[in-house]
Amino acid sequence: MSTVARFQIDHVRFLDPQGEALGPLPDFARDPAQLVPMYRAMYLTRTFDAKAIALQRTGKLGTFASALGQEAIGVGVASAMRAEDALFPSYREHAAQLVRGVRIEESLRYWGGDERGSDFAQARHDFPNCVPIGTQVCHAAGAAYAFKLRGEARAAVCFLGDGGSSKGDFYEGLNFAAVWKAPLLIVVSNNQWAISVPRSAQSATATLAQKAIAAGVDGVQVDGNDLVAVHHVAREALAKARAGGRPTLIEAVTYRLGDHTTADDASRYRDPAVVQEQWSFEPLTRLRNHLVGLGAWGPDKEEALARECTETVSAAVEAYLNTPPPTTAAMFEHLFATLPAALVAQRDEALRFAPRKAGGQPGGDHG
Amino acid sequence: MAEINLVEAVNLALAHELARDEAVVLLGEDIGANGGVFRATVGLQQRFGAGRVVDTPLAETAIVGTAIGMAAMGLRPVAEIQFSGFLYPAIDHLINHAARLRNRTRGRLTCPLVVRTPCGGGIHAPEHHSESPEAMLAHTPGLRVVMPSSPARAYGLLLAAIRDPDPVMFLEPTRMYRLFRQEVADDGEALPLDVCFTLRGGTDLTLVSWGAMLHETQAAADALATEGISAEVIDVATLKPLDLPTILESVARTGRCVIVHEAARTAGLGAEIAAGLAEEGLYSLLAPVQRVTGYDTVMPLSRLETQYLPSVERIVAAARKTLEAS
Repeated sequence: MSTVARFQIDHVRFLDPQGEALGPLPDFARDPAQLVPMYRAMYLTRTFDAKAIALQRTGKLGTFASALGQEAIGVGVASAMRAEDALFPSYREHAAQLVRGVRIEESLRYWGGDERGSDFAQARHDFPNCVPIGTQVCHAAGAAYAFKLRGEARAAVCFLGDGGSSKGDFYEGLNFAAVWKAPLLIVVSNNQWAISVPRSAQSATATLAQKAIAAGVDGVQVDGNDLVAVHHVAREALAKARAGGRPTLIEAVTYRLGDHTTADDASRYRDPAVVQEQWSFEPLTRLRNHLVGLGAWGPDKEEALARECTETVSAAVEAYLNTPPPTTAAMFEHLFATLPAALVAQRDEALRFAPRKAGGQPGGDHG
Repeated sequence: MAEINLVEAVNLALAHELARDEAVVLLGEDIGANGGVFRATVGLQQRFGAGRVVDTPLAETAIVGTAIGMAAMGLRPVAEIQFSGFLYPAIDHLINHAARLRNRTRGRLTCPLVVRTPCGGGIHAPEHHSESPEAMLAHTPGLRVVMPSSPARAYGLLLAAIRDPDPVMFLEPTRMYRLFRQEVADDGEALPLDVCFTLRGGTDLTLVSWGAMLHETQAAADALATEGISAEVIDVATLKPLDLPTILESVARTGRCVIVHEAARTAGLGAEIAAGLAEEGLYSLLAPVQRVTGYDTVMPLSRLETQYLPSVERIVAAARKTLEAS
């Protein structure tokens, strides 16, 4: 007997939960000009997140999936992307989307039941939220192939969760990208929970990063609550992708501090004490402490940022709530490039029977 | 101008589009060096390179899934699903993504994708190789479903499908691949989508069909003609969106209609056409509409498949029934 293959999975972490450097840091991690915008994006994400839940609780938003506790992953990865790259998110990636230029009012429109929320004014090539689990891995692999075929220095970046890594779509997309040597970065946000099913029941593998190895893809695990670690590995992976290298899979280990969505009550299946413990590892405090250590942050800046984010989110909420209702005809307008003749009568019927005030209320038609 | 069969016409159309538009890429299993299991892509990888004629790993979900990503990023992918029964793993991507990417993003992202797959039985193929999935696909808002029934229509409709800005399911009747040859000019002229083709005029009844069943349907029309019965034959060609006006106009003249399809009867497209006739053409009907279809059984293996497939005799019998009704 002989060994024909070996593998190892590295775990990357630069800051401990208190924000202390565990060793030498990458250059960007000592540069407030690079770090502060990422901290601000994380803070804005969390402010938006809390407001979205409040809107849902007061009937002004539909079901919403919180990213509480996972802000460092989306921000750290998206901050390493270039405008011309393309993002293929799950439905829990508003941290990445905000960095990409998706507007808060767009995100609110989406969660409020309006397709116009996915017609991003910026990030025109980014895919909309993907609700069917893991399917976006295949789309991202195909996009990466298109970039490579045309000789463009662009990368596709897709996000999924620990549960998504159980899907065949994940394995198939990963495998295609590997065979094609396509410029793809797959980020598995391992938040330990797929609704109520814990990581331990999701996969028997020691890490999710090692799932990459079977496809011939580099897999690395990072502390997903350490912005520095996430951003560092994402930069390396994207540089490799743009240089025509192989795809990369990053498993970002984190914890879902909130419910799966506003329609979920996680206290039914997990111990609140454990969730409370996990708060000591959350990513904002860690990065803030590091920034304070660099002399780049303090209570005044924190207070100003809080005020600014509240104002930004409030303005977005106002824009969202003041969005004119979608027209009845909109159901038909974007089905095909040109409405087929066979559908004209159906559109006319919809128009004829449309209520005077079409489009329902933001957050769903509450009648 | 060469006489070619249907599968050669598919090859000709693919080659034409690969040469015309560098955004066109083909992907699928065994489509490269092997030229496809039905030889639809013979010579194309040699001519256009492995980057544009891609032998994929063996995974239908990702063939369609990656093609969606390619389409959204500006390519014009033509994905081949090797056999009709292998289409099912890709249904999630077709329904949840290809069919609705444009709508979900209000036109920001689109999916100009063609999925080609052989369909139908009658060639003594193994299990799961003789499916007729058109109604399932046609039920999905946002998908076009097209099925050619001759080399010329395969060429012209495939050109149209590749040039269409939205996803098109292009179902190629396996039994027609090599059934007959026809002169087809490689002139790059697309045929229109979303319209029926009237293959022969008639005055006594209208036979409506598509794909390989047009072979039996035309033979039935010939048989009826020997009895002095004049049957109009319509090839639906684009099954979704359906060109009901052409069928209504024909039935308004003939007063009788027989719909023939190979797929199982219940919730088949024959039901949709019959419902359209009931809604909009009832008063021109001189007899109840008849359907001649595959049975609501599992498509049998080869020894029984000819008993499953609608026969000339069954079509003629249904035609007689409409003629005797009034």
